Amino acid sequence: MLRRTFLALAATALMALPVQAQEPVKIGMITTLSGPAGYLGQDIRDGFKLAIEMDGGKLGGIPVKLKIEDDNLKPGQGKQIADKMLNNEGIKLFTGIVFSNVAGATVPDILDAGAFYIGPNAAPSTFAGKGCDKNYFIVSWQNDSLHEAAGQLATNLGYKTAFVLAPNYQAGKDAITGFKRYFKGKIVGEIYTSLGQTDFAAEMAQIRAAKPEVVFQFEPGGMGIAFMRQYEQAGLLKTVPMVLSEPSLDAVILKAVGSAALGLNVAAHWNTDFDNPANKKFMAAWTKAYNRVPTYYASQGYDAALAIGAALKATNGDVANADAFRDAMRKADFQSVRGAFKFGPNQHPVQNWYALKVEKGADGQPVLKTVGEVLKDHGDAYSAQCKM
Amino acid sequence: MALFLEQLLNGLQFGVMLFLLAAGLTLIFGIMGVINLAHGSIYMVGAYAGTWVAMATGSFLLGVLAALAAAALAGAAMEFLIVRRLYKRDPLDQVLATFALILIFNQLVTLLFGRQPLFASMPSLLGGSVQLLPGLVYPVYRLAIIVVGLLVALGLYLMINRTRIGMLVRAGSTNREMVRALGVDIRMLYTVVFGLGALLAGLAGVMAGPILAVQVGMGEQILITTFVVVVVGGVGSIRGAFFASLLLGVVDTLLRAYLPSMLHHIMAVSEADALGSGIASMGIYLLMAVVLLIRPKGLFVSNL
Repeated sequence: MLRRTFLALAATALMALPVQAQEPVKIGMITTLSGPAGYLGQDIRDGFKLAIEMDGGKLGGIPVKLKIEDDNLKPGQGKQIADKMLNNEGIKLFTGIVFSNVAGATVPDILDAGAFYIGPNAAPSTFAGKGCDKNYFIVSWQNDSLHEAAGQLATNLGYKTAFVLAPNYQAGKDAITGFKRYFKGKIVGEIYTSLGQTDFAAEMAQIRAAKPEVVFQFEPGGMGIAFMRQYEQAGLLKTVPMVLSEPSLDAVILKAVGSAALGLNVAAHWNTDFDNPANKKFMAAWTKAYNRVPTYYASQGYDAALAIGAALKATNGDVANADAFRDAMRKADFQSVRGAFKFGPNQHPVQNWYALKVEKGADGQPVLKTVGEVLKDHGDAYSAQCKM
Repeated sequence: MALFLEQLLNGLQFGVMLFLLAAGLTLIFGIMGVINLAHGSIYMVGAYAGTWVAMATGSFLLGVLAALAAAALAGAAMEFLIVRRLYKRDPLDQVLATFALILIFNQLVTLLFGRQPLFASMPSLLGGSVQLLPGLVYPVYRLAIIVVGLLVALGLYLMINRTRIGMLVRAGSTNREMVRALGVDIRMLYTVVFGLGALLAGLAGVMAGPILAVQVGMGEQILITTFVVVVVGGVGSIRGAFFASLLLGVVDTLLRAYLPSMLHHIMAVSEADALGSGIASMGIYLLMAVVLLIRPKGLFVSNL
């Protein structure tokens, strides 16, 4: 016994490596890479991979092996991938899901198997309140918070009447609920568009007739691009300003919309121009690796990797010891690119929200500029219901 | 009143776009008996080719020409290489093969252009809005779409009824064996018709570019509505497709615009909004059900 310990110690000393280093920690990433929303998952993946590359194939000094699968934005497919990764590949650590409907079908299987899920994007209310789970962490935001910040921003900007639009599905309804929770003015019109709708001419006419002071819309992805352009073409952009939450004007939509977006107000938890060392490091590495403007999804993928890395470091890569790993995760001992970050009681972020404005950048292209703070140390409306 | 007129114009514009797609689909469906699910992919090809060329050259007109050429070529190639083998096959085989084409086209476009949507800029001549009546301001570009659509409809009408190729198309749809027996190269005719349908879909695609997002999968979004148009109008009937497109375009737009506020009178506002938009998005399908109950073969039975 003594002899074996001695040998092991000697071997360790010779290689100057921890014993666990020989077996990389497997991380399963289930994300949306195909279809119109494929760029969301692509940026999450690239942000996550960037963190691993910057650490030399490791996270928190522990070698990791990232296994990526495309869920095709189909809940059933996400669930199948999770089952395969859990049962056949013995993966204990999951991340990556972009959409709430996929998360709703996939996350319970992961948690039931005793594995961890570290969310880089979707965070539906169902897992934030009564349905919270000790192995479920969200690094991005709770879904409602995105729109609560936009509501607060509209209030701060002094608007008294608002017209709100969102697609007719759960996240759309949550968006309008979240906005209304923090908007102190009057809602003069509320429209649920159909999911995947691309022509908004009828809605434009209604907005014009209702004469609101401000419009809030949550139309993510391609719907948002079409909406913005048609809003401009209808001549509304000059007369009725818009306040948006992050998903309606990410870097890709901004690029597609172009200079029509100048002057828009956006509430966000992160922006490319944040002046903190972690963000500067991230932006430099990202630009060098991919040479495109990162969306906020990219920052979330990167932060999720850092959060996992911090916990791996603290536990020396021993994910099997779930209690120790969970405690390490809760500490959130990493430098987020958004600045201050901590987990609330339901293991969702408590963070600041900022006001951004679209302005002309140095090269003449519109960019998002941070102009102020909207909410400080903002958690979410559900954490009080979470009992762990 | 101005608002109502504006909504009517919106409906008309949507209807005209539907017509451009439905015209090709109904020709192919009615004359060749092929269910072409990949028609939406041609629309996407037109949109991407047109937008890409317009971005590269800065000329919207060149973009339109490129879109028409790319769509017609893609359509003719599709017919020549694949669809031609399906005429005698089971409809299920046709559905399977053309569905596969959707996947192939989507993946090809992803490989070529990436997953991020493109955005076509508006031709400067057609940007801005114009005052039609006091209180009725309407984007010029949408008016242009309406005009182009109506011109295409007129052109198709003249072509089908006044030209030799139109005569062959009409004859081919009535009795293709007899046309062949008379020595007409029916295969060539099929390729031409397929290419023409694809050309119209490409035109719809490039015109949609500046108002919608040019993205992978954009064809599937509009394809189902187009099939509803074809069924309501009567399979194989261009005239049917024309009137059904306008009818569905206007009905869909007016329902979306007015149903929620009409429901406000009888129920709580938030419920009315959700229910109203739900029913509005079902509206065209309900209409289709009613039409099929009364006229099972569609409004205009095939006589082109």
